[in-house]
Formats: sequence, C-alpha cells, structure tokens
Amino acid sequence: MMQRLAQSRLLWLTVIFLAAAVLLPLGGVSAYILGLLTAAYYFGVFAMSWDLLFGFAGEVNFGPTFLIGVGAYTGGILDNLYGPPIWLCLVAGAFAAVVAGLVLALPALRVRGPYFGLTTLVAVLMLQNFVVVFAGLTGGEIGLTVPDVISIDAGVNYYVALGFMVVSGVILFGLSRSPLGLILQASGQDPVQAGALGFNVAKHKLAAFCVSAFFSGLAGALLVFYLGTASVGTVVDVGVAVQVIIAVVLGGRRTILGAVLGAVFLIGMGEILRPIGELATFIVSAIALVVVLLFPNGFLGMLLRTKETS
Amino acid sequence: MLAIQILVDGFAISALYALGATGFTLIFGVSGVLNLSHGALMVTAAVAAWAASGELGLGSYAGAVVGILVCLITTFATYFFIVSPIERSRALPSEEKEIFVLTGTLLWGIMITEAIAYFFTSNAKTVLPVVNGVVDLFGVRTPSNEIFTSIVCWAVIGLLWLLVNRTRAGKAVLAASMNPRGVTLLGFDLSRIYITIWGIYGVLAGIAGVLLGMFLGVSSYSVGPLTASAFSIVVLGGLGSVSGSLIAAYVVGYLETVTAYLVSPAYRTIPALLLLVAVMYVRPQGLLGRRAR
Repeated sequence: MMQRLAQSRLLWLTVIFLAAAVLLPLGGVSAYILGLLTAAYYFGVFAMSWDLLFGFAGEVNFGPTFLIGVGAYTGGILDNLYGPPIWLCLVAGAFAAVVAGLVLALPALRVRGPYFGLTTLVAVLMLQNFVVVFAGLTGGEIGLTVPDVISIDAGVNYYVALGFMVVSGVILFGLSRSPLGLILQASGQDPVQAGALGFNVAKHKLAAFCVSAFFSGLAGALLVFYLGTASVGTVVDVGVAVQVIIAVVLGGRRTILGAVLGAVFLIGMGEILRPIGELATFIVSAIALVVVLLFPNGFLGMLLRTKETS
Repeated sequence: MLAIQILVDGFAISALYALGATGFTLIFGVSGVLNLSHGALMVTAAVAAWAASGELGLGSYAGAVVGILVCLITTFATYFFIVSPIERSRALPSEEKEIFVLTGTLLWGIMITEAIAYFFTSNAKTVLPVVNGVVDLFGVRTPSNEIFTSIVCWAVIGLLWLLVNRTRAGKAVLAASMNPRGVTLLGFDLSRIYITIWGIYGVLAGIAGVLLGMFLGVSSYSVGPLTASAFSIVVLGGLGSVSGSLIAAYVVGYLETVTAYLVSPAYRTIPALLLLVAVMYVRPQGLLGRRAR
C-alpha cells in the first residue's frame, strides 16, 4: 500500500517535472539555459545508467566514463574519418560501448567490492592514456572536433536530449521494476542466496553492465554530436566519473529517476555559483557531503518521504 | 651508468610511495575504510609545511613539524566528521556503508583540494628541503635530499613495525585487524583503537606529504594521482597487507622510473596500470592479500 502510494507520488512528481521541462522552451527561456539543460539531460542518462549498476546490481563502477568515453570517441572518430550519417555513428558508439563494457566486465566481475571499483577506475585511466598517446586519431588533449552536429538550433537540441532522456528513463526504470531488476537487486544484496535460489548472478550482472554500457555509450555519442567536440575533460576524465557518482547519490540511489534530479542540480548549481569563481566546486561538494551525511536517501528520498508522512 | 641512476632514483620514489601507501593500507586493514581523501591529506601536509617554512619564515624543520601537525588535525577531522558518522548511521544498511564512506571521503578530499587552491593558488609548491647539496653516489650525482627522503621513509616504516609488533597498543591494533569482535571481547575499546590508528595514519600521511613536497613539489593537481597511486599500490600488494604494499610500492616505483628513463616520461604510468590489470585478473586479492571480505 505504502509502496503504491509512493509510486503514485513518484508518478505525479515525474509528470510535473516533465511538463515543466517540455513547456520550458515555449516560455521564452534563453538559448544559453536551454543549452545547459541539454547537457544536463545527457548527464542525467549517464547517472541513470550508473544507478542501474550500483543501486540494483550493487556494483560500484568507478569508471562510468570508460563506457561513456568509448561511445563518444567511437562516434566522433568514425564521423571524422568517413563521415557516415550521424545515426550510424551513434549506433556504432553505443555498440562499441557495449563491447567495451563486456571486455571490462568479464574480468572485473570476478572480483568484488573495492577491487571491482579499482579495475573500473584503471580502465578510465587507460582510456585517458590511450586518447593522449594516439593523439593523431583522437585529437589528444586538445579534443576531437566532429564535422557534423545534430542541429544548430538550441530548441531542437533541447528536445532531442529531453526525448532521449525520457526514453532511456522509461526503459531503465521499467527494467529496474521488472523481475530482472528484482533479481539484480537480490544478487547485489546477497549473491550467495540469489545463487542458491537458482539465479545466475554473473549472467544477470553482465546483462546489467551491458544495458548500462549501451545507454552510457549512446548518451556519450549524442553529447559529442551536440557539443561538436569530444575531449578528455568532458567525457573521459575521472572528475566526470566522480560527478556522475555524486549526481546519483545526491538524487537518491536505487531510484533511477532521482539520478536526473541530481544531474540537473549539479549542473545548475555549478552555473549559479559560477560568479564566485573557484569556491563554486567547494560549495557544491559541501552541499553534496551534507546530503550524503544527513539525508542518505537523496533528494528523491526526501521528496517521497515528506509527502508520505504529511 | 643509466642503470645506477634508475636504481637510485627509483629507490627514493618507491620509498616515498611505500610510506604514503602504508597508512592507507593500515586504515583499510584495521577499520575497513578506503579513504579517498588520502591524496588531499598528503597535499595538505605539504602545503602547510610550505606556508610555515617559506611564507611565515619558520625554517624547514619547524615547517615540517607544522605540516605533519596540520595533516594530523585534518585526518582526525576526516575521521570524526565524515567516516565515523557514516559508520554509526542507522539510516544506512551496512552493506551500503562502504560506498557512502567512499563518496563521503571523496567529497571531503575535493573540498580540501578546492580550499587549498583558493587560499594558496594551484601553483606547484616546493617545500624548503631540510638538507641541501649533491652527493656522488656510485658515480651518480644525487641530491642529498633524495637520500634523506629514502632514509626517513624507511626509518618511519621501521618505527611503525616496532610500534605494531612490540608495543601493547600496537598489538591491540594488529589484533583488531584480524578479529574486531575478539578484541572487543577481551576488553579493548574498539573506538579507541580506531582513533589510535587514524592518528598513526595522520602522522604517516603527514610525513609522506612533507617529504613529497621537498622531493617533487605538490600542487592541488597532485591530489587525484596521489590517491590513485596509493589505491593501486595497495590493491597490487593486497588490501590490508603492509608488507604487500611495500613490495608493490617498489614494483610500481621502479616500473615508472624505468619507463620514464627508457621510453618516455609521457608513458610513465601505463606499464604499472597494465600490471595492475593483469594482477587483478590472475590474483584478485593482490600479491600478499587475504581474500576480500
């Protein structure tokens, strides 16, 4: 009963937020803000895919940017070399990310906890080194400029990002509430018991990894074709990975949808605090730390909790 | 000639890595905490030493002491404000505390880094070395400071060994790392043991940070790489195993030095990362580690 109540609250909240997001460009919001939100939506997809892996499969992936970066760079390099239609680059990016996810997950899932985290972290560092070493192909530290972009109109870009985020959100959220999501959650919490009940834990986790990789890679490639460039600082750097993790914890782990809130908050706060310069990151981190310490369920947890008790 | 140079330089760098990673692995071995603000603590020590010795004109010895003290205080702050509240929290299921400690210390590390960058700029800072000059070692001109660094690192590691194996408090710490419940049953206060171990960690990180500041110099950009290198050394050696980290520190230190001298400084970190991946695949618990809990 409580579960259903919370779910309907969640539904209403989602509908309200979505309606606001859809109507926003019609309200005469500046192209600059739309651009920020566009990036925030792609970022939200990164965060949602990470949450599927962490919140449900219980695996702390320190390297979401490995999957994002592989998708982004594959799409970008392909476009740069052969210039096929953009959708082909996007598909290639997503596919490459899934392959990279498999390559990473097969050895990494043999180990648990901090070891898994470190393996994924190392993958990011390797990718970063790869990009710098093969600068001729990847543009190195300066970044790779792609000849094609999705659109130059801020409104179109905004709706593409919003649409993509909604579709990914529906799929990831549906997946997390499906039997598959329950099995994942069980394997995350007690792999031995889940195995004893006859579920193939490794196979389910691998599947979760692939789904996470698919959406991360696709979002990464889309981001490249939105920005027109791919650089280590935007899609590979460990700092970006850290932001994805913070976004999920802030928004509320194990909620999928909360991750979007966290992502929009992080990017929004970064922008609002920009005038105060260097201290902005300090303040954002401090807020995040307070949320982690005092409200471990994150924004979405807070919203649903207060609504339930009132 | 080059071989001797690699041997000498690699030794000093590895000794520094070893000292930095020892505290990190000790904390994990005893209390199961992976402290991702590790690099920030080391940089705090170095910057405090730099400010005290250079800007305030206290001289290099007093500067070093100030650096270690400031690091110790920051380490205790990490424990009391971040790690301890998360571990005691009732709102969190115990299997999720690990990720919250990771996230919390990570955020704390970012805050320290940003505060340092704001107040002291992000320029690289070199702490005034305690010893100056150059010594001829096996035909290689070596800065005395490099030899000093190696000696201090090993002296501190030796002292730590004595402390853990020969004193009552140290033995309690060792026992707590093997079986926390057993130690509690024997009448030791586990939280006091944790405070002791965080104190030791703070001093170790402080010394390592100050020495690093004298040897290579630090800036707020070194925080991430420092944490990452401590993390990989500790995993390579086996989480919680001090002797494993010492060996791993030398493996990583020499691999990096050899690559930097013979191939290119740009590829410095790559072989160590490859080795790490290989070890994780073949022997996930690290060189001398126990099985993951």
